[in-house]
Amino acid sequence: MSRSSGIPSRCRAWLGATLLLAVLPAQAQDLLVRNATVHTASARGSLEHTDVLVQGGIIRAVGTGLSAPAGASVVEAAGKPLTPALFGGITDIGIDEVSGESTTVDSALKLADQPLRPEFDVSLAYNPASVLIPVARLDGIGFTALGANSGGGFIAGQGGVVRLDGSADPIGPLALYIRLGASGAELTGSSRAAQWMLLEQMVSEARGRVPADSPHALLTPAGRATLARYLAGQGRLVVQVDRAADIRQLLRWATREKLKIAIAGGAEAWRLAPQLAQANVPVFVDALGNLPSSFDQLGATLENAARLRAAGVQVSFAQRDDASHNARKMRQLAGNAVANGLPWQDGLAGLTRVPAQVLGVGDRIGSIEVGKLADLVLWEGDPLDVGHYAEQVWLGGRAMPMRSRQTELRDRYLAPATAEPRAYSR
Amino acid sequence: MRTRLTAGLGLALFSLAAPSAPAASRFVQDPYPSTYAAIASAPVLIRNATVLTGTGARLEQTDVLLRDGRIAAVGTALAAPAGTREVDARGKWVTPGIIDVHSHLGVYPSPGVSAHSDGNEMTAPVTANVWAEHSVWPQDPGFAAALAGGVTSMQVLPGSANLVGGRGVTLKNVPATTYQAMKFPGAPWGLKMACGENPKRVYGGGKGVAPGTRMGNVAGYRAAFIDASEYLAKNAPKKPAKKKRWFGGDDKGDSAGDAGGKRDLKLDTLAGAIQGDIRVHIHCYRADEMATMLDLSKEFGFKIAAFHHAVEAYKLSDRLAAEGVCGALWADWWGFKMEAFDGIQDNIALVDRPPNSCAIVHSDSPEGIQRLNQEAAKVIANARRAGIQIAPERAMMWLSYNAARALGVEKQTGSLEAGKMGDVVVWNGSPFSSYAQAEQVYIDGHQVYERGDARRQPLSDFMLGQEAQP
Repeated sequence: MSRSSGIPSRCRAWLGATLLLAVLPAQAQDLLVRNATVHTASARGSLEHTDVLVQGGIIRAVGTGLSAPAGASVVEAAGKPLTPALFGGITDIGIDEVSGESTTVDSALKLADQPLRPEFDVSLAYNPASVLIPVARLDGIGFTALGANSGGGFIAGQGGVVRLDGSADPIGPLALYIRLGASGAELTGSSRAAQWMLLEQMVSEARGRVPADSPHALLTPAGRATLARYLAGQGRLVVQVDRAADIRQLLRWATREKLKIAIAGGAEAWRLAPQLAQANVPVFVDALGNLPSSFDQLGATLENAARLRAAGVQVSFAQRDDASHNARKMRQLAGNAVANGLPWQDGLAGLTRVPAQVLGVGDRIGSIEVGKLADLVLWEGDPLDVGHYAEQVWLGGRAMPMRSRQTELRDRYLAPATAEPRAYSR
Repeated sequence: MRTRLTAGLGLALFSLAAPSAPAASRFVQDPYPSTYAAIASAPVLIRNATVLTGTGARLEQTDVLLRDGRIAAVGTALAAPAGTREVDARGKWVTPGIIDVHSHLGVYPSPGVSAHSDGNEMTAPVTANVWAEHSVWPQDPGFAAALAGGVTSMQVLPGSANLVGGRGVTLKNVPATTYQAMKFPGAPWGLKMACGENPKRVYGGGKGVAPGTRMGNVAGYRAAFIDASEYLAKNAPKKPAKKKRWFGGDDKGDSAGDAGGKRDLKLDTLAGAIQGDIRVHIHCYRADEMATMLDLSKEFGFKIAAFHHAVEAYKLSDRLAAEGVCGALWADWWGFKMEAFDGIQDNIALVDRPPNSCAIVHSDSPEGIQRLNQEAAKVIANARRAGIQIAPERAMMWLSYNAARALGVEKQTGSLEAGKMGDVVVWNGSPFSSYAQAEQVYIDGHQVYERGDARRQPLSDFMLGQEAQP
């Protein structure tokens, strides 16, 4: 697998290709989608009356008047929107089945004696048979970042990117998830100032400036090795942080340590928009978060995404609350960001190309371009408008069943009642 | 032009009190009465809009006239009285103000600090004696955010930790220094009850006291209502005793009226619910538990106004409609706990289908309350995917009229009908879209919100002067 465990980056693409062969079974069909409005989420923008040809699960051509190879299924789109499969956000899909039932939740590590374990990787608990996967996929979600949640420590751990096609393993590099600010302060001796103190020390350990047998060591040997890889520029730190003052400290620290970071949440990120653009730090914006929900979010505004983008920041989206079961709400975030000033194309890019690139899988997914995986969605109307729905999802060229446990329940109770209990209908 | 008279003069011009309410029973007397006073305004004539009446009708190229705080007329080519401000609403949609039957604004306000965490009296499983209004912080910035989403009234409820959480209060969404100045004149109180996981987790799981199971939950409701029934019997006015001529005197002693002893706040509320003066709102997810609660209501003779959250209401939609019980529902929340595992995106659409149904979109969320119209849009889209066509004018009922019915204020607000409160929203287009925005909001005929004009948007005391102003 291409999990970033010490594998040099030049090898990753090859390993990714191996993975690809492993997860794309023979049933990957050839497909021609004809006469769609193709929102490529690439430099080509949106193309009307355009065809997309898929062979072997890969996009082979995007153009007009394409002919279908023998045996290919042909879909007449009649001008409807075709987009890349959408990003479901930073979620616990497959690692949190019923949030209130701890036996079904694996997203947070709580080790009392040694809480700071950056080597913790939630992807190892990923269950591709989770009922959340078809639920999200039905609404056009094709991939998600598995985000570790802070449980025992403010260094939450790592997670990979999974495609929601039933494949068992993540693609691309892992990311390391960290929580800063007020919500992390309970885990750092009741002060956010201590977060920088602890980070400094962990960096020192990872750089070998603290002896491995020091009684004050915070990290295990595996933790040092993990952090060292991020310090070497392999993989991205995704930092959940909201307050402008904390984001300022974060930018200083990341610049000093030459770390590749992204911000998640970022309620007040707009206040530092030029600095974030300058430092090339992308932001996963909670685009419905306009309330001063905490003292870290007093500057929260629905215009956050628009203001960041206008300053040149790369913008994607992330939800704060139950991001996993409600992953389908992501396009509502994008649509509302657009309603509040974000250009539509940037709204779509924030659900497709931007997160794919930021998370290190942009070479395979996130846009409709020749050579990319055919992870596609045909929509009944504007994909950023909750008033429309996904008609068909393809992942790796395979038409996904547009069913979920929820549609099964719907259909069982939609049917007129009969003398037979509904338990016999399926 | 808009003429702002004094609030006192406004009151002199028109009264918003409930029309000729009979004398309240002792269980629902209000020592904390509404001081709400509508701000008087010049008449407003909204012209040439697509109008959703809230009662299921859609009218094109239609005018709405607001006068003296009321909806004076809905029709075409209405004449403007002298001094009327006209609003050109061509291409716009006009709806009744949205009503949320399930909010915790003010009792769980923003910011979510421990000092303001006042929504759950988690000290006993039956706290029918507490009133949510006594926890409302009127400076919650969430009120203004909800107003920008077209919400003109809401019921603020206690949380769901308790079997019986206490009284809820219906507020008009106007900025005010006291909650009494927001209190919807004449609206009945709600009684908040909760089924299922929350009470048994908080008490049995969290404190080691009853209830610890669902059967413990039901035993708890029954014990409370047994007490209330007895209290009610003791406190009911007794038949005048037969005069015994030789005693003389009159019969104006205590025994002629309420013969009960010391008032009990808890039992006052439950007795008020049994008498139908306080409307029962039950947080209840599973279909089987809703059926249990329907039986409970018959056992003790109260009426359930609405089941809230009710993610399995679709399994029981015919019965809910037949019994006249509303379903106050989310469009798509599910899975966060076991009793929410069977949530589907079509719940509201399925609850809406039977004759005499009462489907409501509710929020239970300071984010959701800002875009209840978008929640309804999701329902329409998912229903269409399932082959069910729902017109916007139908869906509008979920946001206003049905909500008003559940709260018992449908004679005053919830639809655009002459004589009702002038609670109106002008939208930039169809409300059922991610891109929909409320451009103007009126409460009792007075414009309380204008998009694009910060001076016509309320700002709470809390946000005033903050350096990090958005």
